[in-house]
Amino acid sequence: MNPAPAAAVPRLHPKARLQRDEVRGRDVLLYPEGLVTLNPTGAEILGLCDGVRSVADIVAALEQRYGASGLVQDVMSFLDGLGAKGLVIYGR
Amino acid sequence: MDAKPLWLLAELTYKCPLQCPYCSNPLDFAGSRFKHELTTEEWSRVFREAQALGVLQLGLSGGEPLLRPDLESLVATAQQLGLYTSLITSAHRLTQDRLAALKRAGLDHVQISVQAADAELSDRIAGTRAYRDKLAAYHFAKELGFPLTVNVVLHRENLHQVEALIRLAESLGAERIELANTQFYGWAFHNRDALMPTKAQLDAAWQVVLRERARLGSRLEIVWVLPDYHEQFPKPCMGGWGRAYMTVTPAGEVWPCQAAGGITTLTFENVRDRSLEWIWHQSDAFNRFRGEAWMPEPCRSCARRTVDFGGCRCQAFLVAGDAALTDPVCSLAPHRHVIDAAVTQVERAAAARVEPTALTYRAAPASRALAAKG
Ligand code: SF4
Ligand code: SF4
Repeated sequence: MNPAPAAAVPRLHPKARLQRDEVRGRDVLLYPEGLVTLNPTGAEILGLCDGVRSVADIVAALEQRYGASGLVQDVMSFLDGLGAKGLVIYGR
Repeated sequence: MDAKPLWLLAELTYKCPLQCPYCSNPLDFAGSRFKHELTTEEWSRVFREAQALGVLQLGLSGGEPLLRPDLESLVATAQQLGLYTSLITSAHRLTQDRLAALKRAGLDHVQISVQAADAELSDRIAGTRAYRDKLAAYHFAKELGFPLTVNVVLHRENLHQVEALIRLAESLGAERIELANTQFYGWAFHNRDALMPTKAQLDAAWQVVLRERARLGSRLEIVWVLPDYHEQFPKPCMGGWGRAYMTVTPAGEVWPCQAAGGITTLTFENVRDRSLEWIWHQSDAFNRFRGEAWMPEPCRSCARRTVDFGGCRCQAFLVAGDAALTDPVCSLAPHRHVIDAAVTQVERAAAARVEPTALTYRAAPASRALAAKG
């Protein structure tokens, strides 16, 4: 799969659900017969995947939130990893 | 090690309108051990206790879970707890209204079995006219926006249809198809000689899977559950005994896997007597094969013991007569010759075109007759 361009709009595939795992104190992505454990940044990125924001918007929001820059590579490789599993899709 | 469970399989009832001869339910499913089904209240408590223990994934299965009139309310409870809930069903008599009600209650995912790619063979294997309802239900599930898994158990009679089954799942818009080669426990063990495919059949089907995976990519996930009698090493059953998984049976017994109840040398606790937490952490049945201390040779000194955990305890019990032995499908196991003999017998019979023995269908009278025989 090719990496998505910065203008693409990512969202969770409807089969996947973001869930707080209270018992283990972390966030997870649940889907049919599986789960992915998320670190806090990953959960935050997915929280911003609302089907409206583009990848560039998400990067900008995170960079503003943390007063950081150059997050684009991290965000893209995180989303591509989930895209390869069919958990993140693109388009409104 | 203090692992917490991630998965709970809730077998809500062993009643089922179908009669699949490979059914994973216990042979004595119709007996007194499973008769007094848990109430709605009891199941709700089980789900709460499971969530508090760390469970995130819930399978609602059976038998046929649709036969529980309180299914919608159980789904709603699971949804409130944040469990990712899958319905595992034959879809017999499933209407669009009922599936819509389950959707509203918060059901996440639907898995519908089919016995073969065409009505004639599918209904013959199911022992019931069930194919039409299944096809209708697949469409209902997609119309309602459910992620859909097509479940198929593979064996000698339907392995030649793997391509047609994948095409069926593709045309339905399913997300996944689970092609599960028959695992020989319960009814399948009883019918083993008639269900076991030849090596040539398996190889041909596997080639189809590889080709179709390449063609479909991430559009359709094709899960292939290994035919372990034909493998060199065992499967890492349940990801290890008491590590991530538990099954609660219709009358409340808690098992480390779906087949574990057949191990007569273990005593299983019941959610009516004990909390799920106690059963998971303290019970002898869950602790007996946890970790590595119980392992015999050759597992004890084998590098693969962290990969396959010595294989399946139920298979060791069924085939080698002792649940604490190395899984006999392992090529290093002292009992591998028993597996080889079963495989060879099937190959010889197929080469000589001997008709397989008749199948025993899963039904209450047969269950009671087998239980009486002991
Ligand atoms: S395998 Fe067949 S008979 Fe057994 S519970 Fe499932 S649908 Fe019913
Ligand atoms: S000897 Fe035991 S640990 Fe080693 S491969 Fe066989 S079953 Fe697995």
